[in-house]
Amino acid sequence: MTIRNQFDGELNEVKTLIHELANGADNALKNAVESLYHRDVEKAQEVVDRDNDLDKKELDIHDKTILLIAKQQPVASDLRRLVIALKISSDIERMADHAVNIAKATIRLGENHGLTVHPKISQMAEKARDMASLAIKAFEYEDISLARQLSGLDDEIDEMYGLVIREMLDETASNPQMNQYIMEMAFSARFIERYADHITNIGENIFYLVKGETYNLND
Amino acid sequence: MSLIAKPMVNNTSEQTEQAKSKVFEVSGLNLWYGEDQALKNINMKIVENEITAIIGPSGCGKSTFLKTLNRMVEMVPIVKTSGTIKYKGENIFNAKQSVEDLRTHVGMVFQKPNPFPKSIYENVAYGPKIHGIKKKKDLDLIVEKSLKDAAIWDEVKDRLHENAYGLSGGQQQRLCIARCLAIEPDVILMDEPTSALDPISTLKVEELVQQLREKYSIVIVTHNMQQAARVSDQTAFFLNGELVEFSNTDKLFSNPEDRRTEDYITGRFG
Repeated sequence: MTIRNQFDGELNEVKTLIHELANGADNALKNAVESLYHRDVEKAQEVVDRDNDLDKKELDIHDKTILLIAKQQPVASDLRRLVIALKISSDIERMADHAVNIAKATIRLGENHGLTVHPKISQMAEKARDMASLAIKAFEYEDISLARQLSGLDDEIDEMYGLVIREMLDETASNPQMNQYIMEMAFSARFIERYADHITNIGENIFYLVKGETYNLND
Repeated sequence: MSLIAKPMVNNTSEQTEQAKSKVFEVSGLNLWYGEDQALKNINMKIVENEITAIIGPSGCGKSTFLKTLNRMVEMVPIVKTSGTIKYKGENIFNAKQSVEDLRTHVGMVFQKPNPFPKSIYENVAYGPKIHGIKKKKDLDLIVEKSLKDAAIWDEVKDRLHENAYGLSGGQQQRLCIARCLAIEPDVILMDEPTSALDPISTLKVEELVQQLREKYSIVIVTHNMQQAARVSDQTAFFLNGELVEFSNTDKLFSNPEDRRTEDYITGRFG
């Protein structure tokens, strides 16, 4: 017999907010990368401007979660659910910040840099978005088999990142006058790689939620 | 980055538990009230100078178990038991075991403060007097020490000869703890000692319990799970007369082994 309807209801509200935050970060990455490819400074600026809303949503999640801990004094898996809600929301907020960094790089590059954006950057972003969607599903269903798949995807992103960086370095040698622009591109690839690392953190948190033990997933 | 899970926590507490001496060793304990079995095959070890909390829903047998440890449960005429409870190696159910002697070593504090209708001083001196201590000087020392150990001396030292009923509920409960300490027990059994107290008095009793663990072994039955989590070293979860889970309190409240424990502590039944 479930007698904690109030707790479960408020926990679901927190989960809904986490979903919304994750959608916000996903849109930010999608729009930031699109603006990078299309040299769309206006769209990039929109990504930057919307970040405030995501920051507020993260704080809202923290407030609600802390209040829930204070009011309901949860233990065991209920407490872990709330603790990881705090951690996951912080990771997602940082992911959105990385998307904003790509948007800011787009703004600094401007509309007339004349460089082609490396096609792998778009592939990295798509892979990272797939990872995020998988991580949120793993969080929703508390499914460690889904969480486990994240590391393989992260390895693929790391590999693509290595390739992009090597080719960018070659580019700096042959095109030294464009170094400043090439660096912005390389940084954008780096921001996606970091975005994906935060998703791996979410995977670790899901392990902790389900198993109640700390796992090292970073070897 | 590999996602091959590697647990980082290496729990060695079980090994250290082995080394600690036990005050009680309960083996195959069954208890019936007439035809109704209230305790079913209980096996557990209670370690010296630790606080052991017993939790579980109403009617699970936790208070019965506590009262079995000093054979107070036998005051109910229809009770029968089987199995053994060894107190420092001796089976407390042995015919030659004196119940009075057992209760001298294993004191008890009840849910509602129950001071005698006497002065604060007389409440504490009562037990030692029964045990043959007559000299006022000796009794004075015992009363002062017991009240100090029960963290109530400063509040009552100037009115020792006033009636104990004039104390607040929280003070009365600490007086009852002092009365229990006056006969120098090894173990203190506490049956929901704060359930009739306000939050501040509850906190004082909890802090007192923490201090007492240096000298005594304490077994505390509580309905307040946060209290069990705060004060105890080990926690036992009883359900329908069975001991479902008994482990380190940190473990039981963060990651219990048994689904029924998880459901109970997270408030999903009970």
